[in-house]
This record gives sequence, C-alpha cells and structure tokens, in this order.
Amino acid sequence: MRPRLMAIVAAFFLLCLTGVGAASAALVGTPTTANRPAVLTAEGDQSLKGTLRGPDGKPLSGVTVTAEQNGTSVGSATSNAEGQWEVPLPSPGEYTLKLDLSTLPDGVQPRDKGGEVLEAVVVRPQQQRTVIFPLVSTSQQQQEKAGSVPQSTSGPTQAGDQNEPGATGESGEGTTPNRVLQLVVEGIKLGAIIAITAVGLSLIFGTTRLINFAHGEIVTIGAVVAFWVSTSPGSLPLVIGGLAAVVAGGLLGGGLEGGLWRPMRRRSTGLIQMFIISIGLSLFLRYLILVLFSGRREKYSQYALQPAMHLGPISITPRDLIVTLASFAILILVAVLLQRTRMGKAARAVADNKDLAEASGIDVDRVILSIWVIGGALAALGGVFYGLTQGAVYWDMGFNLLLLMFAGVILGGLGSAYGAMIGSIIVGLVSQLSNLWFPPSLQNAWALLVLIIVLLVRPQGILGRAERAG
Amino acid sequence: MNFTDVLSNAFRGAFGPEAAIYALAAVGLNLHFGFTGLLNFGHVGFMLVGAYGVAVSVSTWGLSLWVGLLVGIACSIVLALILGIPTLRLRGDYLAIATIAGAEVLRYFYRSDWAAPLTGGVYGLRQFANEFFALNPYSSDLALGPLYFSARNLWVMTAGWALVILASLLVYLLIRSPWGRVLRAIREDELAARSLGKNVYAYKMQSLVLGGVIGGIAGALIAIATQSVNPDNFNPAVTFYLWAIMILGGASTILGPIIGSMIFWFLATFLDSFLRNATASGVIPPDLLSGPDVGALRFVFVGLCLLLLMIYRPAGILGDPKELRLDVR
Amino acid sequence: MSDELINPSLIDAREEIVATEQDSARSEGAKRAAAALAGVAAEPGVAKPDAILVADDVSKSFGGVKAVRVDHLEVQRSTITALIGPNGAGKSTFFNLVSGFDKPDTGTWSFNGTDISGSPAYRIARRGMVRTFQLTKALMRLTTLENVMLGATGQRGERMLNAPLRWVWKGQEKDIEQKADDLIERFRLGHMRDEFAGTMSGGQRKLLEMARAMMVDPTMIMLDEPMAGVNPALVQSLLGHIQQLRDDGMSIVLVEHDMDVIMSISDWIVVFAEGAVIAEGRPDDIRTNEKVIEAYLGKRRALPTSQENEA
Repeated sequence: MRPRLMAIVAAFFLLCLTGVGAASAALVGTPTTANRPAVLTAEGDQSLKGTLRGPDGKPLSGVTVTAEQNGTSVGSATSNAEGQWEVPLPSPGEYTLKLDLSTLPDGVQPRDKGGEVLEAVVVRPQQQRTVIFPLVSTSQQQQEKAGSVPQSTSGPTQAGDQNEPGATGESGEGTTPNRVLQLVVEGIKLGAIIAITAVGLSLIFGTTRLINFAHGEIVTIGAVVAFWVSTSPGSLPLVIGGLAAVVAGGLLGGGLEGGLWRPMRRRSTGLIQMFIISIGLSLFLRYLILVLFSGRREKYSQYALQPAMHLGPISITPRDLIVTLASFAILILVAVLLQRTRMGKAARAVADNKDLAEASGIDVDRVILSIWVIGGALAALGGVFYGLTQGAVYWDMGFNLLLLMFAGVILGGLGSAYGAMIGSIIVGLVSQLSNLWFPPSLQNAWALLVLIIVLLVRPQGILGRAERAG
Repeated sequence: MNFTDVLSNAFRGAFGPEAAIYALAAVGLNLHFGFTGLLNFGHVGFMLVGAYGVAVSVSTWGLSLWVGLLVGIACSIVLALILGIPTLRLRGDYLAIATIAGAEVLRYFYRSDWAAPLTGGVYGLRQFANEFFALNPYSSDLALGPLYFSARNLWVMTAGWALVILASLLVYLLIRSPWGRVLRAIREDELAARSLGKNVYAYKMQSLVLGGVIGGIAGALIAIATQSVNPDNFNPAVTFYLWAIMILGGASTILGPIIGSMIFWFLATFLDSFLRNATASGVIPPDLLSGPDVGALRFVFVGLCLLLLMIYRPAGILGDPKELRLDVR
Repeated sequence: MSDELINPSLIDAREEIVATEQDSARSEGAKRAAAALAGVAAEPGVAKPDAILVADDVSKSFGGVKAVRVDHLEVQRSTITALIGPNGAGKSTFFNLVSGFDKPDTGTWSFNGTDISGSPAYRIARRGMVRTFQLTKALMRLTTLENVMLGATGQRGERMLNAPLRWVWKGQEKDIEQKADDLIERFRLGHMRDEFAGTMSGGQRKLLEMARAMMVDPTMIMLDEPMAGVNPALVQSLLGHIQQLRDDGMSIVLVEHDMDVIMSISDWIVVFAEGAVIAEGRPDDIRTNEKVIEAYLGKRRALPTSQENEA
C-alpha cells in the first residue's frame, strides 16, 4: 500500500508544483479576481457599459467615456484596472457615447476614423447595454483600413465572444478555389498541432499499450502554464512561457510515468484497469484546472492581434505561419530522433517487441520514461500552439483536442509515430474542409465520423499492422 | 454552518431522482462492462437518444409520451447496432474510443442548427412530460424529519427505483443463465469463447443492445423528470459519473450499480452542500472558493474516486474479495 | 519454451519416462493408427487413406514475410499428428488459419469432407474441430465447473430470449452439469470444482482447457503446445489423457517443442520450416531425416539420437 500511496502523492505533488504554484502567483498578482468591482454598481435601472482593451488585449484603465443625450452630457465614467466602465443612465432612449481620446494611452487609437464617437445607441428600459470601442495600435490603423471595408461607425457592436477560431472566421461561403486553398492551409495548421500532441500519445501506446486518456490535460496544462507565465504580473515573453510549458509538460509526463504508471506496471495491473485509471486522472486534472484557472476563455496577450499576410490567394497571420512551420520542424525533429538516435531506435524496438527489446539489453523503463517526458513536453507545446492559433486558452481545450488526437492516432495506426503525424493532418484537413459544405459547429463531428469509418474499413489504420490472434 | 441541512441534503441525494436514474443507467453499463467486458465510454449517447426520443416525439411530432418512450428505445437499439457493427470485432480499447467519439458526434449533431427544427438545437426542448405527471398518485409532499421530497419528485423516484429493480432483476436472471455464462466467458477471454463454438460477436451485440436500451430508458427518465432536454447535459462527464458509480459499487455484481449510485450521490451532494454551506456561512472564505468552483470540485472528486478505486479496490465495495487476487483485464 | 529443450536435467528425466513408455505395450489406438498409416510414404504432402483435415495452398504473410505456405497437407483420422519445427516456422499460424482465428491470404481446407475455408472460428468449433491455445486461456473469474460447462454445444439457455425463462433450460443444464462433472473427475480437477479458474496452477489450467474442449464433443482436437510450462509430474498425466483420447477414436493434432514427448506419443509427424512443410513421416522417419536435422539444428549439429550414430 505504501509505495502506491506514495506514487499518487508524488503525482499530485508534481501537479501542485507545476500548477498550483503558478496559480497562486496569478491569484496574488492580479488585484481583483471578482468579475464586478464594487464601483460599477448601477444606480439607475439602465446603463451603458463595456470593457476597454488595448490591441494587445490588455485592459486599459483611466479612460473616460461620456454619454450625451441631445447634446448634453448625462453622465461619464472612467475605466478601472480591469478596463471596465459603466455609465448609469437616467432613462431609456437614444444616446451618443464619446471616448475621450486624450485619456487613451499613447499608441492606441480607435480602429476606425471617428470611432471614438458612437451615435444613436438605443437603450431599452432596464437594459444594461454593453458597448465596444474597437481599438488598435497607431501603426495598425493604416493597414487595417487598406485591407478591409471600414466598419460602420454608427452602431455599437453587441459584446460577444470575439474569439472566433481562425478557421471559421473566413467569411465567404461555397467552394471557390481560393476558399478551398485557404481551408487547406487552416487544416494543415490544425493538423500539425494535433500531430505534435498525438505523437506522444501514440508512442506511449506503442511502448506500454496504455491509451493515455489524460493526454489532453497535459495539453491544457501547457497552454495554461504559458498563459500564467506570459501575463501579469510577470508578463514574460510568451516564448519563455512556451518554454515553461514544455518543461512543465515534460515534468508532468515523467512524474506520471515514474510515480503512477511504472508502479502500476510493476504490479502487473491489467490494461483496462490502467485505462480507467487514466480516465480518472484526466477527470481529476481537468476539473482541478477549472478550479484554478476558472471557466473563462483567456487570450495570450502577446501576438493576439496581427494583420494577416497575403500570400497569393492565402491569408495567414505571421503568428499562425510561424506556429505551423515550427510544428512541422518539430515533427521532423521527432522523426530524426526516432530514426537516428540510440534512444529513438530503442523506442522503436520497444514498441515493436517489448520482450525482445528487454532481452537484447535495452533499458525498457528508461525508454518509456523518456517517451513520457518527450510526449508530455510535446503535448504541452501543442497546447500553447493551439491556444495561440485558436485565440483562446480554456480549461477543457485539451479534452476537446483529445478526441481529435484519438482520431488522428487511430487513423494513422495506434502505436506508430509516423502514422499519428499523417493521421492527425488528415483529421485537421477533414475538420476544416468540412466548412465548405457544413456549419462550422459540426467540424469536429466530421473528424470523429472519419474515425468511426476508419475503424470500419481499416481498423489497424494507415500505417498500423494487423494483430495476430491466439 | 448547518450540518443538519448538509446531511439531509446528502440523504436526499442518495435516494433522489438522480440516484435512481444514474443507478438505472449504470445497470446497463454494468451489463456492458461488468458482465461482458465491453469498454463502453459513450453510454451517455444511449441516454441522449433515449431522452430525445421522448422529447422529439412529444414536442415536435405531437405523439403520446408512451409512444415517445418506444421511439427512444428504438433509437437506443439503432445506436447500439451502429456503434457495434464496426467496433465489436476489434480490440476493446477501440470500442472505448469509438463509443466516446460516437456519443460526442451525436451531441454535436443534436445541438447543430441542422437538427434544430427537430431537437431545438442548443436550446433543447421543454414541457413534454405532462402525461407522466398527470398520473402522479402522490397528492402531497413528503416530509420525514429534515428529509423533504416534493410530490413530483416522489413520483419520479417511485418510477425510477421501480425501473432500477426491474432492470436489476432482469440482469440477475440473465446473468445466472447459460447466456450470462457465455457473456462472462467473453469478458474473461473472447478467443477462448470462440474456440468453444460461441458466436462472440452476436453475444456482444446482444449485450450492447440490451445495456444500451437500459441506458436509453434512463435517458428518457431524465428527460421526463426534468421536463426538458438539452444536448449539452449529455456530455462525456455523465459517462464518467456512471463509471465511477459502477466501479464504486462493484462492477459485475448485481447490486453494485444501486449501492454505487446511492453512495456516489450521497457523497457528491454532501460535498456540494458542505462546501456551499461553508462558503455561505464564511467558514471557508469566499475568495478561496466561489460558486462555480464547488461544481467543479465535484468532478475532481469523481476523478479521484475512479483513480483511487481502480488502484486500491478495483472490485469495488461489493466485489468478491477473491476476485481481487485475479488480474482484472 | 526452448528452455525446456536446453535444460539437461529435464531431458534426462523425460528420457527415463519415455523409455518406460516405449517398453510398455503399445495401446490399441496406437497399433490401429500405425496399421492405417502403414503404406503411406514419408514425404511432404502425401495423401492419407482416411484424411479428416485436408489443406490446400494455404498461405499467409505478415508484413512481407510469408509466415505460412502449405501446398498440401492431410491429417489422418484417429491419430496423434504432431506439427514440429523451429520457432517461427509457422506451426501456430497454420493452427490459427485452419481453426478460423486468422484469415489466410490464399487457400482452402476441408474438415470431415466439408469445405470450411473462411468459416468463422465458432462455426468451425461447432463442426467438431476444437483447439486450445499456446498461452492457456482459463476463464479466470469463472469456476472450474462453469469453465467446463461452457463447452457444451446446443444449449437452449444460451439464447438471450430463453435465458430469463429458467424452466426452458433447467433440465438440459442438469445433464450438462453431470457431463461436466464426469470430465472434471476424469481430468482429476474435482478438488477445484467450485474454485475460480484463476487460482489454478499452469498445469491445472492446461488440464482444464482440455476438459473444456472435450465438452464440445469434438471429432478432432488441436492442441497448441499442451506441455509448455507444465511441471514434469503433470506431463505424464497429460500425455496419458492425449493417448486415451486417440484410443477413443479422436483425431489429435498438436504443436509441441519437446522432442521426446513428440517422439513418444505421435503416430505421424509433420515438420515445418520457414512456413512450409519440409518433411512428414513416422517418428522413426523423422529422426533420421537430413532435412529435419538441418532445419532444426543447422548444418553442423544433429539431433541427440543421430549424434550417437554418427560418432
């Protein structure tokens, strides 16, 4: 009983090291975690309110907003540390909202010329109407205007979830060649990210026969760690955040293997039993993240708003281009590691035949440990990439990705690293190209349907081998 | 801090409608995993089609509730066939992934704009079970000391626990028969069962269909009890609840799902109620724990429950201690 | 598996056993088998007077390697036929193919005159061709009695719709239990009757597997390494059972690595190498067959018995 308990405690402790430490830092650092500061309690029944964020997504404080009716000011408010402001209104009706440009920080200005004034804002009885002032950096205004039709300056936009995933943000319907091309790029981008996370999943299965259900949580933890490191109070560069995520993912992977899975294997625990344990672990981690990170969707403050580059018919932000290229570079690196290094060859040998590998002097436990460390690190990095390209970090992002990872891994052939790469890219393409004909809300459904069809037609996957009976 | 409240809430949880419904669904899951060894991680999918079978039949098509129940059962059978045909010939873990994926695909489709004219999309459907509540024989609420059940809940509980007993009895009879012996043999080693001339595929399919129907009825009962369906209430977490319940009580025992569900809901509501009470009365500072966190902590508890049970007591509370010595696979 | 071949003390022990076996009078079944195979030439793919299993052109590849390529093979009824060959020679794969547990790339085979190629494993078993596995498949969390009773075919209570109706199958169940008890006694597992099979030793599991297979009432039983991992004391008892089955008229095909066991009990031996049948014959034919010696031990070494002849 003792060592097993130790194992759990160790795994938990490790989690606390990586997660709770950062969490408490974040909790202490940000002045208020409560959503509505006391200043903003409405006096009347109706009000106009909003949150001001700079181009980097950070809240802007000390900005004055004034509401006027028929040319006379009826009230004003100054945004707080969270960028929130609220102007109580005496009665329902039509108002004009003005943003005091002099109170804006340097380098920030309205996206559209004249965007500091919003006219004809209709407020219904007892409505707390949310209003958005779109703001950009001074240098950005020109580019934006060149690229897009000026947005209507009159009507304020209702606040909503602005984190449109890049892929679905494409306007246009139908199957024009340009749109197809654009979606192929989006698909490859998504697929490459899935591939990074899925390689570890597949290799872990190949060497230990364990389907690690908790792999998605390593993805989330990666994204969250990078978020914590890169936002206030530290506000370190996101690159450092990414590195921290990789380290945390590697540690978590290694910790789980050393503290939980290896002892379980020593006890010759059944595979199904281990599978269920990994599900319990996944649930435990996922909701612990929810408690620590809260259910909000957050954005990385850096690289958040970037103008898209136009490469022929394709438009892609530099951020997404770099993420995609980096993903491929990493996949190639993993392939080279597997093909050329001692450890890589040993890993393939263990995946091929564990007993034979052990008999020929390979330290199987060490190989499995390194696979967990590398797999965990890759999953965490994939989480950062996913959070970046989707423009959102949230508590169950990894679980959402997990099913796509499974689809990719099974499509390519369980246990094969290269299969996982190919399968994941196909899954990415399927989910994005489905947007040509179907609503975006169903894009994951199609990817999962592909999984079920593959199971029907070629269960061993593209690169997998049929199993022997008996 | 009011402990009487917390405890009476917990007891209400142990006998309330949720406990009955989850016990019923777990009986179906237990037939799959406990007795046949099928790794079904999409049990919520059966509940979803069962619930929508009722809701769509009544709300959209204007049929009778009882016809809706039959539609729900038929949907569960179809789902079992669709899921089973490709995956029952494959290794168990493939079934696990296919079922969880299948249940998610279903949820995506039921909530999509496409299906909205039928299913109400993300808003779901409401007020379709009046026929059921019209039959309510209880005219007044029941108060047993601090325990309190509304007449409405009493009626749902009566129907729910009656169904649990019926389903358990059926499973008991089935498992004690030669048919059950074949299922248990398949659970242990399906190649061995095949080598003895058993059509393993057909038996697994029968088990999947039967357990799925029980799950579908449980889903229908949820829909009826709450008079509403919403696709997002049928998320994968429900399946994990069911697994925790089944393993807690003891997979492959007849009473396991029932005991498991009662203990599970006792603990879950106790935890919930305790934390809410503690934050409300200031025993736990509200800064430390807010309302939504309490809900999340329940899942942390479920996860930990599954994890620790599987490591230390894979046979559950009712499991045969002799079975513990054998490798659970 | 191959450890048993190497361990010299074990070989000594076996040789003593084998010696006593050979001294004793050969059983009726052995004599009958020998008589039936009397005129058959010792060459690969030879026709048998009364073949129960006939396989043609059966082949199977795993990742480009031909694991099995059997042009023609016949198994004589009511004999003990052994399949031998080095590790990876394709014996077990051939077993899996003809018993329906694996799908071949090409080939047809018939059992008792009926074409059964491509039939699912359970149908082949119901036809009377039952197999056991190299790694014993005791149904751990079923009792010994349940394990054996499972083997009975045509059980009314195994249909889902009959299952809750106890009175439909109660009578039949009693008969099956009686038969199972007889088999349990015969295989000396009586003391384990109500214990979980998972608590048995490796040797007991082998016995259980045979008893369970017998419950199917097979005409042919295929044993995949029935002696592997069984302690020498139980080997005797297992051998006795196998011979008894043959004497009762059953056909037995077995894969086995232990040469002494094979030489002592087989009526006919089929030698596999690299997936193909390279030799067939009575034990005495095989002992002296150059090809077999080569396949088994490489060119420079030889079987223990023939080593002495050459020296």
